[in-house]
Amino acid sequence: MSNGASASHYPAQTVKERIERHTLSVLVDNEPGVLARVIGLFSGRGYNIDSLTVSETEHEKHLSRITIVTSGTPMVIEQIRHQLERLVQVQRVVDLTESGPAIERELAMVKVRGKGDHRVEALRLADAFRARVIDATIDSFIFEITGASSKIDQFVNLMLPLGLAEVSRTGVAGISRGPEGM
Amino acid sequence: MTQQMTGAEMVIQAMIDQGVEHIFGYPGGAVLPIYDAMFQQEKLRHILVRHEQGAVHAAEGYARSTGKVGCVLVTSGPGATNAVTGLTDALMDSIPLVCITGQVPTHLIGNDAFQECDTVGITRPCTKHNYLVKSVNDLARVLHEAFYIAANGRPGPVVVDIPKDVQFATGTYVGPKAVQMKSYKPKVKGDLDKIKAAIEMLANAKKPIIYSGGGIINSGKEASHLLREFARLTGFPVTSTLMGLGAFPAANPQWLGMLGMHGTYEANWTMHDCDVMLCIGARFDDRITGRIDAFSPGSRKIHVDIDASSINKNVKVDIPIVGDCANVLEDMIRIWRSEAKQVDKQALAAWWKQIDKWRSRNSLAYRQSNETIKPQYAIQRLYELTRDRDVYITTEVGQHQMWAAQFFKFEEPNRWMTSGGLGTMGYGLPASVGVQLAHPKSLVIDIAGEASVLMTMQEMSTAAQYRLPIKIFILNNQYMGMVRQWQELLHGGRYSESYSEALPDFVKLAEAYHGVGIRCDKPGDLDHAIKEMINVDKPVIFDCMVDQLENCFPMIPSGKAHNEMLLGDVEGDIAKAIDEKGKVLV
Repeated sequence: MSNGASASHYPAQTVKERIERHTLSVLVDNEPGVLARVIGLFSGRGYNIDSLTVSETEHEKHLSRITIVTSGTPMVIEQIRHQLERLVQVQRVVDLTESGPAIERELAMVKVRGKGDHRVEALRLADAFRARVIDATIDSFIFEITGASSKIDQFVNLMLPLGLAEVSRTGVAGISRGPEGM
Repeated sequence: MTQQMTGAEMVIQAMIDQGVEHIFGYPGGAVLPIYDAMFQQEKLRHILVRHEQGAVHAAEGYARSTGKVGCVLVTSGPGATNAVTGLTDALMDSIPLVCITGQVPTHLIGNDAFQECDTVGITRPCTKHNYLVKSVNDLARVLHEAFYIAANGRPGPVVVDIPKDVQFATGTYVGPKAVQMKSYKPKVKGDLDKIKAAIEMLANAKKPIIYSGGGIINSGKEASHLLREFARLTGFPVTSTLMGLGAFPAANPQWLGMLGMHGTYEANWTMHDCDVMLCIGARFDDRITGRIDAFSPGSRKIHVDIDASSINKNVKVDIPIVGDCANVLEDMIRIWRSEAKQVDKQALAAWWKQIDKWRSRNSLAYRQSNETIKPQYAIQRLYELTRDRDVYITTEVGQHQMWAAQFFKFEEPNRWMTSGGLGTMGYGLPASVGVQLAHPKSLVIDIAGEASVLMTMQEMSTAAQYRLPIKIFILNNQYMGMVRQWQELLHGGRYSESYSEALPDFVKLAEAYHGVGIRCDKPGDLDHAIKEMINVDKPVIFDCMVDQLENCFPMIPSGKAHNEMLLGDVEGDIAKAIDEKGKVLV
């Protein structure tokens, strides 16, 4: 009988698996508590939520759609999908990252404060990013920008030295390409 | 069938329509209308427990021993929070329950009203599903859905929280047939291609093993029957988890005994060295696998489970089959027969030869004594002396539970009720109340520890009230035995708070509860005392004074693999058996 790990003929550690980032689309019955159930599952089992958006999508059918961006090893991602599918109010789960080409978009509102050159530069960059001005005062703008999260990150970073005051982001919404529905 | 009635009447009607005969509960302000409706009918029988946790465990015992859905009725606030341990227990062990909780009237919800708590919030992570019913016209549908969800797919507890005004309100009742779940449709039929691949893999196995679990029991008696059939067809060795005991008969020569942390030497070594593993209705729990990266390293694995999330959770498998055990086994047997599969007889014979070598190690051996009762001996005698009876066993949690699993032999499913996943001390006594109620003529024994049993001792009063002749067989070592064993193994024998000072006189305690108390402290008196216990037609507390420092072996220390078991008769410093990494594990 061995005394301690060193005497064991087994490898000391499991090989580290790579961490992947996946976007999951979750179709749920729009009933009280369903969001709490989904979030509780993530916190209770120690999964990550990088982004989460939810809204009713089909009123008559009483359906809401939750888009979750999460990260983990492939085994954990598979586990998350099955755990979600197990919830009674969950109708369908699609891993957009896995299931084929998909589009992901996010909307952000970015408040920038400044005067003179900074103000002009902010406006010019907004134009380059196809961000719209949705509110303006003498010394501020609010831009509305949509796009992939990376594009928004980039825009926000550029605004930082130009007087970035506040950002509000919706989180990622996703949909698969092509004619097929979820 | 539609009818106008109050919400409270709907609760009773729905139970009756679902075939419920007994409901375990405790009244309180927020469920008074339901208790009033209960009072005015005779079809549904209410069993008054002494604590809500007891109600849930009793319903679990009832459900586990009958295969039916267990039912619980408790009030709001403390009634609901007291039920939480039982609900979590049922969730972990996949026991079908419907638990009705009262709630303060809808207009008071969120106001910190008297005996208010966020029941659906608190029970969300410890139920399979839960509901707060805000309109009386939803109530009948929700109740029938609750039964459907509890019993179908992987079974589990469902809570229905009903505000008091909804219980008083009048609405339309619909029968079970009118209710259709739109989103919850568990897959019971396994994928045929995968089953065929599994059969191919099994037929080519040289060193196979069948590792079965509680899923076989949950799937129903047919699943146990089919498991036996498949084992007979193949001649493969069979082991089982704690939860699956009884699904395969212990008397069968293909039976290796329980596997896992306190499993037999032969079961664990067979798991470790096998080349093809058929895991059916089990979930690769940490008590089973031990050190995960050293778990059965050379095998290809087939996993049959009704819950897709159980597959590839802890251990990666080669062939996953999502489906109900009975359903999948039926297909497996059919395909095996139709394709006239043959096992590799020579390889299997060599495998059995190896297994018999492990078996001859006799890992459950212990040192007998003429002075003190060895706990293992007590259970062996209990088993031998009750063999000709119709016996149901419940247990508490700890050393006695493991000894019961090792030394009591089960030939049939649904005879063994224990808290496996959650490990709830205090489970066994109330569970035995539920079992005895479901099987009034049978011999129901709670194999207990003196520490565990005190956690729900109040349910003796329930047993007395309903004249349930349960037998509480306490292996009394005056320690929380498993805690003490771990302190010996991990913490230098510093027995911090694990000794039970000032234990009650269990004989007098039994008498105080209108039962009979028996004490035994000599091996020579044991048989006679056990016979006396069996013959009493009243609740009995049997205080069996056993060896105080006996340890439970074999044992796979935490952080170790199946082939690194500790055995009881090997001399050596067991305190050194667990390394630093293992110490942080539970």
